[in-house]
Amino acid sequence: MKVDLTVNGKEITADVEDRMLLVHFVRDVADLTATNIGCDTTSCGACTVLLDGESVKSCTVLAAQANGHDITTLEGLASNGDMHPVQRAFHEQHGLQCGFCTPGMVMAIVSLLKENPHPTEEQVRTGLEGNLCRCTGYHNIVRAALAASETSPQADTAEVSS
Amino acid sequence: MIPSSFTYKRASSAEEACDLAAEYGEDAKYLAGGHSLLPLMKLRLAAPEMLIDLGGLRDLSYLTDQGSHIAIGALTRHHDVQHSDLLAREVPLLAHAAGQVGDPQIRHRGTIGGSIAHGDPASDLPAVLLALDATLVARGTDGTREIPIGEFFQGLFETALEPDELLTEIRVPKPPAGGRGWSFQKFTQRAIDWAIVGVAVQGGHVALVNMAGTPLRATAVEAALAGGASPAEAAAHAAEGSSAVSDIRATREYREHLARVLTSRALTETASRAA
Amino acid sequence: MSIMGTRVIRTEDPRLLTAGGVYVDDVRTPQLSGAARLTFVRSPVAHARITGIDASQALSEPGVIAVLTVADMDDLAPPPPSSGEWDGSPTPLGGPWAEPLLAVDTVRFVGEPVAVVITDTSYQGEDAADLVAVDYDPLPVVLGPAAAVADQTLLFPAAGTNIAIKNAVSTDDTPFDACDVVIEQSIINQRVACVPMEGRATAVSYENGKLTVWASSQNAQVSRFILAGALGMAPDQIRVVVPDVGGGFGAKIGIDRDTITLAWAARKTGRSLRWAETRSENLVAMTQGRAQLQHIKIGGSRDGRILAYRLDVIQDAGAYQRVGGLLPFLTCLMAPGVYDIPDVQAGFRQAVTNTTPIAAYRGAGRPEATAAIERAVDLFAAEIGMDPAEVRRRNYIAPDKFPFQTKTGAMYDTGRYAEALDKALAAAGYAELRLEQQRRRENGGPRQLGIGLSSYVEITAPDPDAGETAKLEVRDDGTAIVYTGSSAHGQGHHTAWAMLVQDELGIPMDQITVIHGDTDLIPAGVGTYGSRSLQLGGSAVHNAAIEVKDEARRHAAEMLEAAEADVVLDTGTGLWQVRGDPDTALSWAQVAGHTSGGSLIADVSFVQERPTFPFGTHVSVVEVDTETGQARLLRHVTVDDAGTVMNPVLTEGQRHGGIAQGAAQALLEEVLYDADGNPLTSTLADYSAISAPDLPSFELAASETPTDLNPLGVKGIGEAGTIGSTPAVQNAVIDAVSHLGVRHIDMPATPQRVWNAINEAQKASNQ
Repeated sequence: MKVDLTVNGKEITADVEDRMLLVHFVRDVADLTATNIGCDTTSCGACTVLLDGESVKSCTVLAAQANGHDITTLEGLASNGDMHPVQRAFHEQHGLQCGFCTPGMVMAIVSLLKENPHPTEEQVRTGLEGNLCRCTGYHNIVRAALAASETSPQADTAEVSS
Repeated sequence: MIPSSFTYKRASSAEEACDLAAEYGEDAKYLAGGHSLLPLMKLRLAAPEMLIDLGGLRDLSYLTDQGSHIAIGALTRHHDVQHSDLLAREVPLLAHAAGQVGDPQIRHRGTIGGSIAHGDPASDLPAVLLALDATLVARGTDGTREIPIGEFFQGLFETALEPDELLTEIRVPKPPAGGRGWSFQKFTQRAIDWAIVGVAVQGGHVALVNMAGTPLRATAVEAALAGGASPAEAAAHAAEGSSAVSDIRATREYREHLARVLTSRALTETASRAA
Repeated sequence: MSIMGTRVIRTEDPRLLTAGGVYVDDVRTPQLSGAARLTFVRSPVAHARITGIDASQALSEPGVIAVLTVADMDDLAPPPPSSGEWDGSPTPLGGPWAEPLLAVDTVRFVGEPVAVVITDTSYQGEDAADLVAVDYDPLPVVLGPAAAVADQTLLFPAAGTNIAIKNAVSTDDTPFDACDVVIEQSIINQRVACVPMEGRATAVSYENGKLTVWASSQNAQVSRFILAGALGMAPDQIRVVVPDVGGGFGAKIGIDRDTITLAWAARKTGRSLRWAETRSENLVAMTQGRAQLQHIKIGGSRDGRILAYRLDVIQDAGAYQRVGGLLPFLTCLMAPGVYDIPDVQAGFRQAVTNTTPIAAYRGAGRPEATAAIERAVDLFAAEIGMDPAEVRRRNYIAPDKFPFQTKTGAMYDTGRYAEALDKALAAAGYAELRLEQQRRRENGGPRQLGIGLSSYVEITAPDPDAGETAKLEVRDDGTAIVYTGSSAHGQGHHTAWAMLVQDELGIPMDQITVIHGDTDLIPAGVGTYGSRSLQLGGSAVHNAAIEVKDEARRHAAEMLEAAEADVVLDTGTGLWQVRGDPDTALSWAQVAGHTSGGSLIADVSFVQERPTFPFGTHVSVVEVDTETGQARLLRHVTVDDAGTVMNPVLTEGQRHGGIAQGAAQALLEEVLYDADGNPLTSTLADYSAISAPDLPSFELAASETPTDLNPLGVKGIGEAGTIGSTPAVQNAVIDAVSHLGVRHIDMPATPQRVWNAINEAQKASNQ
């Protein structure tokens, strides 16, 4: 079937199988490979993109369901070569190690902050319940989210000096 | 990881959706948010030959005050139920419970109707609607009918819906003056997990998540409460009439224990909210 | 001002954060254009004879190019003969234990590959794989270490037993006879899954007799070596490229049978091929970790002195032994931990079961050792009624005894264990925590507090003589390239190696490129595992920089017509000059330009005399709801001393990640099978990988006790967090309910397990 999606501001029309998942449309048709696949049970969130500005797990949306809608991926986040505040915060707070969960994590946080601009640490952690990371232990991801929200962390949980 | 092949059709109206379902029968499934159905299809535990996408039926997404009840369109997303000011005022139990379903991404897609129609006793909303004594409105090729929630869940993944019937609305009665206390106790290992056991209380109604093949009203608890029992005394009856399973998360015995503990906590919280 | 020890954010990040990493399945290159997709057909049964494979239906599906089985592998030489005895190396056991590429006539675990389907697209591959009909004749299933050693059903009849490796523990009880107090306990260190966020993935191109393999691996050069041997090719006919890797944790060391099969299939069919496993595949077919049944015996005196310790391990190897006896060997090596125990007995048996093969997983044998001794110490402390911190303090190896040769044959380089304990206890506010615990116990409410300790020491760079390589090139445009044999998959080596070069040579980091993971560019290298890379790979970079500096000095002296002794490098500006005469300043570009080749090059290998031993103490604070058994991690405080800290940002990140995986084992994660050997946790919905709301932010205290074994004074930090955290969290949960009579709870301390323990203790006390 023919589908018509706008991805990072660019309209893409393609003839795809009815069962094509949005994540494969993004990766293989739109050729945007930052969005990753980490599981097959909608558990890990690595595939998170924005659909009409809201975070969704693109592995559990059919390209057909997204027909006529707007998709934003990590690659579409920076503007005029400047990192989005969430991207910058991840860099400054060492919020990524291997980077595989990162695109989904960043998009989930962009959406989270849009809906709750000044979350508490607990709200950030709960808000990320659908995004798994194996490298960072989440500590710096949470700091990045809070830094991006321009809220200082509730407690100074950084290094305790000896 | 990939569903087996199917034909996709996008319905432009509820009428068209029903007609398609009637035409294709058992080979077709409705697709709402897709977050109950697509995960099953990706593991190839379900393989419908046709998906009828209801995503375009925006007129089935609404939350309106109908005086004695709140009318919720079946395609209202969990996110919108969670953040509804109307529900926060009138039926906070439902708004709160919707915020416990899955994660934020899932709540941006999953719908209340889709969740109910799926009929999973481990889901949060079926038990919540049971405690709220909701009425469901279903539309088929033969017309529309109302289904009391008590008759809706018939077995594991089995509901009263005929193959062509489409859930269009959920009617939630506003709790009466003496029954406005509420509580929702969802016991999980991790935040994202399905409830090992859950308890939904609205006033004197107590419903259990994942204690049987369908959501269950804890009628023995309700009777004890009506008879003047304290929360702890009433909660002792929580597992009566249940048929919990043993699985990798919990044994039946442990689930029955949790039902009692969570019911006691839920009833205490309900009482404090009613005050 | 040296950059060493300062907080430097990563050079890797801008690309990863804006364009995203390029993992194997993202690689787009002309060599792979038109690549077909390979899908594995895997056994759905745990133990069976294969009586037939019918691919006819699959072959008639759209897009199917081929269906291949072991019968098609006639172009491969049989493996070299082997007795099957373990030779001490972390390599697969051969002989009767040998693991085939595709199953021959027997499958031995659910997930074992039986055939491959090659299709145009991955969607077609999944469809076609479902249609390959394999007939299985079920055999009895062997599950768990106890059943394995009973030898009732043999996985490899030719071996005559399921016990592949035996290093029997002493049964001499004399040391225990002298003890006032002797405690025994069986402990399960449960099987866990590694769950890197990127599963295994491989792409292969075979052109003109040369094989190019893109692999999600922790070492390209080792992978090439394995492929050459398996495929009967010369190494220079194979190029392995390791792009970005989405986590490894030990499970991606080298490459495994599935990648070898892919490479073979590409050569066989003449098609370039791609494969990226699904998570469901990953959770049954990627190697898993831990899986030990332990029996400990600890004896001591009532004044808190530990006099004797015995650790008896049965290692569940899974169906095939990928790393020989490495894991239980390391467990026994590290058995006594940080304690100076006069008598230590440690031994193991390793046996096969009809489950996923076990191999290295963050800590690889050392978490198991630490978990056992730390449980034993807590049991001992509880028995004699002494504070577990005090018992530890009384038994640490004293600081003046280093280097310390343990009874099990390890030589600990440096350590200050009591200091680490004191620092951790102070940071945690230990006394206040005990008071709060007491208050809650007196109030008798359901939410009780548990405080758990773990003091650990671990062995990093356990293969120090394998060393690591570094080639440093400073070019006549002033830029530098580091070719490293290390293979970062999240650790930030590019940042760290650039820091080393900047520190030594004064070339700014943004002028330094670090390259790893391509055997065409780096033919010799060892890779990243065992927390070895900073000490070995970093030291190699450091030494290469010094060599370049020495060579540069010679050139600069010539150019400046001065004596070498009078020529100095200002590492702040990166300029060479005659001492005291800034007008003579030469840039790196100029000096490099003076060489005949236009660059200064140093190619070094750094080998270390012995392994290093980081150490620390973790304090874990857990709240247990005694009515439901649910445990919640409230706080986790650590001292992780891995010598000199080069970049606190990177070190903290490794500690955080390690703590999370360690806490996950203590509280949540477990691979489960039913009685027929069917996996029950083969999706991330069922396998409880730890998530953000399950964890608090961590509290890290700083401590640096350098080693003298390398020029940087560094030890390895990558696995320490995991090793230290698991026992602290486990001990905390037990501590929370110890007043109810609970003395031990096996991991993971799920609500069900904790509730069971409380009930059993109550029943016991009612008798």
